[in-house]
Amino acid sequence: MGKVKLPPPKTGSRLISDKIFKIGATAAGVYVLVMIVFLAFQLVSESYPIWEENGLSFITKTEWNAVEGREDFGVLPYIFGTLVTSALAMAIGVPLSIGIAMFISDAPAKIGGPLGFLVELLAAVPSVIYGLWGLFVFRVYFVDWIEKPLHNAFGDNIWLFSGTPFGLDILTASVILAIMIIPTVSAVSREVMRAVPQQQKEAAYMLGATKWEMFKLAVFPYSKTGLIGASILGLGRAVGETMAVTMLIGNATGISAIPSSLFKPSQTMSSIIANEFVEASPASLHLPALIGVALVLLLIAIAINVVAHILVTRMLKVKEGAINN
Amino acid sequence: MSTTQERRQEYRALFKQNVSKRLVVDKAVRIIVFACVIVAIIPLGSILVEVFKNGAAAISYEFLTEVPGSIGSGEGGIGPAIQGTLIIIGLSSLIGVPIGVMSGIYLSEYGDNKLAKSIRFFNDVFMEFPSIVLGIFAFLMIVLILGHFSVWAGAFALSLIMFPIVARTTEESLKMVPVTYREAGTALGLKKWVITFRIVISAAKSGMITGILLSVSRIGGETAPLIMTILGSSQFFSSMDVPMDALPLRIWRLSLLPYDSAQLQGWGSAMVLIIIILGINLGVRYYFASKKGNGILGQFIKKGASNKK
Repeated sequence: MGKVKLPPPKTGSRLISDKIFKIGATAAGVYVLVMIVFLAFQLVSESYPIWEENGLSFITKTEWNAVEGREDFGVLPYIFGTLVTSALAMAIGVPLSIGIAMFISDAPAKIGGPLGFLVELLAAVPSVIYGLWGLFVFRVYFVDWIEKPLHNAFGDNIWLFSGTPFGLDILTASVILAIMIIPTVSAVSREVMRAVPQQQKEAAYMLGATKWEMFKLAVFPYSKTGLIGASILGLGRAVGETMAVTMLIGNATGISAIPSSLFKPSQTMSSIIANEFVEASPASLHLPALIGVALVLLLIAIAINVVAHILVTRMLKVKEGAINN
Repeated sequence: MSTTQERRQEYRALFKQNVSKRLVVDKAVRIIVFACVIVAIIPLGSILVEVFKNGAAAISYEFLTEVPGSIGSGEGGIGPAIQGTLIIIGLSSLIGVPIGVMSGIYLSEYGDNKLAKSIRFFNDVFMEFPSIVLGIFAFLMIVLILGHFSVWAGAFALSLIMFPIVARTTEESLKMVPVTYREAGTALGLKKWVITFRIVISAAKSGMITGILLSVSRIGGETAPLIMTILGSSQFFSSMDVPMDALPLRIWRLSLLPYDSAQLQGWGSAMVLIIIILGINLGVRYYFASKKGNGILGQFIKKGASNKK
């Protein structure tokens, strides 16, 4: 048997154009890494004056004064504001989202499809429109129907409900945030629940389980990691959300922004930036302080999202393994 | 005999009690779960109703085309804001789409190495960066260096939000194309880039277009990064180097004013913005629904579309 001799691979134009193509594609892929490095570098170097001035006490201080000559900046109240509003939003939004995911993953496609689509449309509404709606519509009803009754019932005894219910406060902002994270959390939870092998569910049914018991026995234990990941992904959304919160949180500054009651105005890291960035003069410490706030915000957001991604992808990988077996 | 009979009765009673309790719990959970869906859809319904009800009162030809009047007068319109939103969407797509598509091609066609893995991961993380931080980044990179607000800075900031989404969806849809297509191309002796552009992309076109349009609808509503890059203005676009207006910015500024007329204009702007964004969003989904040709909603939208014709 004579071997067929292949002609040597063509060099020249073919290889060069393919090489250029590969280099171009790689460059576009690496773009994201370059941007992250630039971003980190820019934020650190431009906020350097405030770290030089305050050191790490920038994070633990509660003062916020931009008046010339008496400048003093600390980011602690806004970290609190961000964490409290996001945590409240999670407490309201995550159970709702998991309920929605349960309903949609289980309903027949004809009902589940359109309902899932409607919930996803919530994600398409721009943040600033949530703010507008929250400010002029939601707030009015919310104050009359929820905040005032709560205040009248518990206001004197429990510090959580003290203060004047006015609608521009932590609770309103948190509820709007909760609505905004529902589409994210419910969509990911749905995917995660779909990843549970059908055999597991059938096994539970075969043991005589009701639908709820099936979820308890087969779905939740299997998808726990993924559901936690989905919730943390929602937390990441809530932490970075700007406009709706800025319009509803009441925009306190300094020590008064530390949340002392659900009905008090506060401030988050992103809202202080949105409110003050344009007025801040680059010559003073005000701008570096705001960029420092952005740096802290970015670090928190990255930490949250990295954890969430690792949890979700681990869960979805398990799914692939289960199918192959 | 009698003992077994009695026992049987006893067991039966126990069983009934047990089952009825479990069935009640099951019913309750079903109701709660359904209530969750309703609770989530109420805000959507309320937002749409309020925006269209209040917005319709503000809409007129002058409102859509003229520059804003003096503050609080209730005169003028949002012409510059609509123009600005269209310009900023166009420019950021010009930057974001090619980068996103090429990055998606890299991840799908050359993506089985360590570098690609880390790019994929950071792409996902970058997608979740707070948009206001990206706005500050654009401010530091462009506005601070040029010394003035610039339309390019806004476009750059929005392109940063856009390109990871495009890259992600491009990768996903390119991966759906069977390997045999690529092998067929290789067997014909085509170059890799010809295979990618002529065969793979043309097969994956609809998925990519969906991703691009969804990313457009996402950036169209972004406000935070525009605050520190294009600032907002009440004049029509004149140059890349001066502040420009955009709909989300205009809505925000109007909502801060204590006048009823400003509030009305805010609702009007919100209606225009939501029509643009939900229009793109629903249009894309309709395209997909009609391709599959099923689903109540697909048919519903299809009917609506055919009525318009």
